[in-house]
Amino acid sequence: MAEIEYREALRQAIIEEMDRDPKVFLIGEDIGVYGGAFRVYKGLLDKYGPDRVINTPISEAAILGAGVGAALTGYRPISEIMFIDFATLAMDQIVNQAAKIRYMTGDSLNVPLVIRTQGGAGRGVAAQHSQSLEAWFYHVPGLKVVMPSTAYDAKGLLKTAIRDDNPTMFIEQKMIYLNQGEVPAEEYLIPFGSADIKREGTDITIFAYSAMVFEALKAAEELEKEGISCEVFDPRTLVPLDEQALIESVKKTNRLVIVSEACQRGSVASDICARVVDSAFDWLDAPIKVVAGLNTPIPYNSTLEQASIPHQADIVEAVRKLI
Amino acid sequence: MPGLTKTDRITILKTLLKIRRFEEKTIQLYQTGKIWGYLHPYLGEEAVASGACQAIKKDDYIVSTHRGHGHCIAKGGDLNKMMAELLGKSTGYCKGRGGSMHIADTHLKILGANGIVGGGIPISVGAGFSCKLEGRGRVVLCFFGDGAANNGVFHESLNMASVFKLPVIYICENNLYAISMCSKDSVACEDVADRSDSYSMPGIIVDGTDPEQIFKAVSDAARGARKGRGPSLIEAKTYRFTGHHPNDPAEYRKKEEADYYKSEKDPVTNYTQKLIKEKVVTKKQVQDIDREITDSVEESVKFAEQSPEPDLEQFLEEVKHI
Ligand SMILES: Cc1ncc(C[n+]2csc(CCOP(=O)(O)OP(=O)(O)O)c2C)c(N)n1
Repeated sequence: MAEIEYREALRQAIIEEMDRDPKVFLIGEDIGVYGGAFRVYKGLLDKYGPDRVINTPISEAAILGAGVGAALTGYRPISEIMFIDFATLAMDQIVNQAAKIRYMTGDSLNVPLVIRTQGGAGRGVAAQHSQSLEAWFYHVPGLKVVMPSTAYDAKGLLKTAIRDDNPTMFIEQKMIYLNQGEVPAEEYLIPFGSADIKREGTDITIFAYSAMVFEALKAAEELEKEGISCEVFDPRTLVPLDEQALIESVKKTNRLVIVSEACQRGSVASDICARVVDSAFDWLDAPIKVVAGLNTPIPYNSTLEQASIPHQADIVEAVRKLI
Repeated sequence: MPGLTKTDRITILKTLLKIRRFEEKTIQLYQTGKIWGYLHPYLGEEAVASGACQAIKKDDYIVSTHRGHGHCIAKGGDLNKMMAELLGKSTGYCKGRGGSMHIADTHLKILGANGIVGGGIPISVGAGFSCKLEGRGRVVLCFFGDGAANNGVFHESLNMASVFKLPVIYICENNLYAISMCSKDSVACEDVADRSDSYSMPGIIVDGTDPEQIFKAVSDAARGARKGRGPSLIEAKTYRFTGHHPNDPAEYRKKEEADYYKSEKDPVTNYTQKLIKEKVVTKKQVQDIDREITDSVEESVKFAEQSPEPDLEQFLEEVKHI
């Protein structure tokens, strides 16, 4: 299997779907000649032309609204929000329009829209370009939330998102675009709601998604040297969540650490915790620990920035406390 | 130029040079990894901030953007504190937490740079209400790019500022590009200034590479605003010499275009030559001023490098309470 960059996996997914279905098109800022802020769209303008790679003015609400409108009328747009932080400007279209229309209209209208965006800290771009805002979208019924960690998952899930008839928030993390990963030559799709065990283990389950999967894997490696066997559980999609697989993993290991880059207050991590307590309490041999980002706007200074988000060492420490 | 004294003109020249030297240095520091994150140089656009800030008073407010170093310097920003911020140090304007895109200074009435394009435009409305309510004739100078003028907040804000006759001067720095998007392809009307019609305010176009034209337009707008005549929209036609950021090769624009602006429309070179020709300063005086400014920029780097890193313990303690 060929090793390719995460961003190349996304690009391949887009190309395959645009070739397969003429209804798929792209709309967003600097996605033309520039190829997108993270160069995921490199070469696509040449390949598909300006009618299918629509480079827009800086108008987030309109980019999203255009996505909703085109989706309602037969197309399958991918609307891009360059940084998840700018989704704030498009919130009405995402929360009140995209997420609601199908339900409000008694299933008579569909919104097959993918909202591709990127978040997270680590690049020194400070508080307005580094947020992990997945909990906002996770909270809103009517949206699917996908946060792939590997190149393989990114490609398979993006293809599924494009074919899905409902609005999907497809959230990437800015630090992993250049990560290499194996991706098969033949076509594949990954269904939503199917978790992936990134590493098998027997003593404790580490639930982690997006870039945090890699911190969890490093932690697991370190802990193995101490004889602790960690299972790294990657849900891949937060909505829908593969709750059954998570419960099975917890039943096997009897311990759980939940890792997320976002701060804990009102978070996905807290919700996962509540759900596991509710359905697997009897199998737990220790309290559940959450390792999350601090409740702080992300600082510019690198030391402070790194202190604001979880790392391998924080996960190792949390696991040791439970065992 | 009516309203511009010799001292004013020399101050403008100094501001131009200060911004130029500061920005050249920050690019160097970015390339050597001492500054990181995002850096948006103001090279080529110095005339806008220099002319505009000279036309308002110390007590007036400014609202800045992601490309804000020039605005901050022109409003009197402290180079040491700016440089320290860019190096992420505790002595910086934001204690190292904000970096390039978030510099603010209450004393200087700088209401902040902004990482969100257009984010400052609605804030100018609120500052405008404050100025109107307190009735001391203060004004707000709101900087933003051509790209920002396409976001909804621009339209909502100008409309509201006009409805309530707020003393806000909107100054669009049209440097032709928003990252890779040319304003010719992104603005539906001929000029951003045309939009002033919809909001019943004056719309003025100026050569944004000529600080005196900007000075005059902003002075007129400020005079009207102080008298209760409401907001204005000024479009300064300018150009950014570099890519959007130091790592952007700017492949989306023609080299000849950039070369033209750099050789014909360099605000620093042109204004220097003009003042020498009009015998406002001598060549020797310019050299002295430039040397002094270069020294103070070097000084700011030294200050920043010798400053302590932010205290991690203190940060962790503070974070507990937010
Ligand atoms: C709301 C929002 N959308 C997109 C961006 C990404 N972005 C940063 S700067 C920029 C271009 C801004 O263009 P303009 O307003 O003309 O200012 P200039 O950079 O030319 O000074 C873009 C799209 C952002 N920071 N905020």
